[in-house]
Amino acid sequence: MIAEAGHYALVLALGLALIQSTLPLLGARWRDPALMNVARSAAIAQLIFVASSFAVLITLHVSSDFSVVNVFENSHSMKPLIYKVTGVWGNHEGSMLLWVFILALFGGLVAVFGNNLPLPLRAHVLSVQAWIASAFYLFILITSNPFLRIANPPIEGRDLNPVLQDIGLAVHPPMLYLGYVGFSISFSFAIAALLEGRIDAAWARWVRPWTLVAWIFLTLGIAMGSYWAYYELGWGGWWFWDPVENASLMPWLAGTALLHSLVVMEKRNALKVWTILLSILAFSLSLLGTFLVRSGVLTSVHAFASDPMRGVFILLILCVFIGGSLSLYAWRASALKQGGLFAPISREGALVLNNLLLTTACATVFVGTLYPLALEVITGDKISVGAPFFNLTFGPLFVPLLIALPFGPLLAWKRGDLLGAAQRLTAAGVAALIGLAVVWAWIGGGSTFAPLAIGLALFVIGGALSDVAERIGLFRVPLGIAVGRASGLPRSNWGTMFAHAGVGVALIGIVCETTWNSEFIRSMRAGDVASVAGYQLKLDGLNQRQGPNFREMVAQFSVSLDGELLDKMTPSKRNFTTRGATTTEAALLTRGASQLYISLGDIAGDGTIAVRIYHKPLVLLIWLGPVLMAFGGLLSLSDRRLRVGAPKPAKSMRGLQAAE
Amino acid sequence: MLAKQALVCAFAIAVMAGTTAYAVQPDEIMSDTAKEARARDLSRELRCMVCQNQSIDDSEAPLARDLRLLVRERIAAGDSDTQVIDFLVARYGEFVLLKPRLNPHTWLLWFLPPLALAGGAVALWMHARRREKSGTRDDASLFKLTADEEARLERLIAAEPSPEQKL
Repeated sequence: MIAEAGHYALVLALGLALIQSTLPLLGARWRDPALMNVARSAAIAQLIFVASSFAVLITLHVSSDFSVVNVFENSHSMKPLIYKVTGVWGNHEGSMLLWVFILALFGGLVAVFGNNLPLPLRAHVLSVQAWIASAFYLFILITSNPFLRIANPPIEGRDLNPVLQDIGLAVHPPMLYLGYVGFSISFSFAIAALLEGRIDAAWARWVRPWTLVAWIFLTLGIAMGSYWAYYELGWGGWWFWDPVENASLMPWLAGTALLHSLVVMEKRNALKVWTILLSILAFSLSLLGTFLVRSGVLTSVHAFASDPMRGVFILLILCVFIGGSLSLYAWRASALKQGGLFAPISREGALVLNNLLLTTACATVFVGTLYPLALEVITGDKISVGAPFFNLTFGPLFVPLLIALPFGPLLAWKRGDLLGAAQRLTAAGVAALIGLAVVWAWIGGGSTFAPLAIGLALFVIGGALSDVAERIGLFRVPLGIAVGRASGLPRSNWGTMFAHAGVGVALIGIVCETTWNSEFIRSMRAGDVASVAGYQLKLDGLNQRQGPNFREMVAQFSVSLDGELLDKMTPSKRNFTTRGATTTEAALLTRGASQLYISLGDIAGDGTIAVRIYHKPLVLLIWLGPVLMAFGGLLSLSDRRLRVGAPKPAKSMRGLQAAE
Repeated sequence: MLAKQALVCAFAIAVMAGTTAYAVQPDEIMSDTAKEARARDLSRELRCMVCQNQSIDDSEAPLARDLRLLVRERIAAGDSDTQVIDFLVARYGEFVLLKPRLNPHTWLLWFLPPLALAGGAVALWMHARRREKSGTRDDASLFKLTADEEARLERLIAAEPSPEQKL
């Protein structure tokens, strides 16, 4: 009964979405405030119905109701409670329901916090939002209903894929979706601007916080997914240039470009047409990601053809929305007025360069991900595009980007002084050169790549710090005044500093991990000692343990450094009985930002066990970087000038209109 | 199987569920460290054909193990890196290469990124030039005040006390 209620709630949400997608538009056309306000109530009601539908699915999973196909296929009565909950979105149908729930959540937030938006703009935005929602409700109801029943309910479920039975599943997909789907807001705003034929700096002000929220979640979601893969897969890789990862990287690159172009638009009223295009692209790439992941096209073009219903449906949604929005753009964009002028060497110029490089990087990932698919469809030839290709094409684009990055915030708007900026970056440049020389001397020549990359990273970090130091006059004015100025500095300046420094921090982590990773692969028996990067790891022994829905073999290692015992590490191999699948649970020991990493292989006939031990220097910086970036984003978001949908000028404008 | 794979994809985990062996194993490693290093480098450029974009160096699949052993066999037999790659391409096709070779089929793939960059740069440059030309004209007209504005400006200047008077 409860499953049917969830299903019905979803149908009602579709009905509401259809109303929300049409009436407010008519209202905007006829200038009827009552009709335009339908958008607000419909969006909130829609959120309530989708939320109840989602809550129903969670209840079904928690109560292990195996009469529902979705629960039967992805759950097990012995599964720990947390994985019963997270298992809801650990499958196709459930994750699509999460997708629409988050979409409705963003729509609801715009409805609730968008009171200061001009009424027609809000009506347009929420309508566009509802078009997207309607398409995906239809998709779920027609092809991926999570509430289907089984005629003869089985007594036990098939359990969730063991790889997904991890805390990572609780955090990673919701965050990623908050990012993906969050870009729908900037998309809706862009379409609304095109429909209204009006766009100004205030528009950028409204869009920026939403884009920032989506970007923060996407950044954290990607970083989280990367860390999850790192510890779960058992061989210490953290980025694979896998099409699925690329699918999330593309919107991130476009979104990062969008954030920067929105700054130009808000401050200088320039780059309007380009910003609109980026808003459309960022969400289109999110849709593309959904298509790539959900249609099965990645597994093989043939798998897609053999079960075409879902794939074709999403492809259709993709074509309608991307094609439609781009056509609308081609038709209406010329109507938008161009804004302020600027010299090539200026803050705007730097941000344009940022956009050029980020969008090219995005195009590179796009081509690399889709080319093999397209080639196979067109010519039947099969080729692979993997990490070596991306390292060769994507990597070099980041070199000019990172060199230019510290200059951007130091240049003035309209016309900047490159020499002056360079002078103010002297300290950062010196720090980079010293770092370069130290690393060079330390590794004693050899690879030139690593010292150069570390020098570049230090330059980026130093540049970010110098920007703030310049602004508060550190070392130029007495310390007390500098501290006073620092506390008065807008939070968005601090945000820029953290986000930019985060890029450098991540780069240091990436370089160190890839260059100085030590590896030990050997068969060991109890009592053997492995020596890795100065650490001694002694295998104390193996024993068996029974978990809630698995059996595991645990190895215990004593880790010591210079004869002094540091800690015990216990990697394990789990065997999940229901699916007959095995996972490796790596053991991690964190020392500063570096980690020791042990994962187990198979036991051989002679009683030895295959062991892989890595020492990964400064590996944690790879994820600390994105965390810093997200923190910077959060600081910018909390800036008074940018608080979600609180642009002052609009209010006074409305006041004026009312007085007329 | 399809659903399972889609699921795994969804969370950016490039693993084929269900297999137990994993990446390079102790018994595969060659005694000659220089040769082993070559084998590892080559393995990173070769695709495990049954996996999703994984190199044989990372993959857990039995096929990847076979390929790793094959690579080491060829190296032990004294093949150069190119010979090993050629051998594998002859046997399994270009699909095995994670970095596709440059040929008419892949021109677009290899040249699109630099072309996009160059095209973007040229478009920006042309746009800036056009804006500059039309912009200076607009600016010139903006700088001229109308008679009304002149008069208003005069009034404002007259009304505002000068800084010296303030002191």
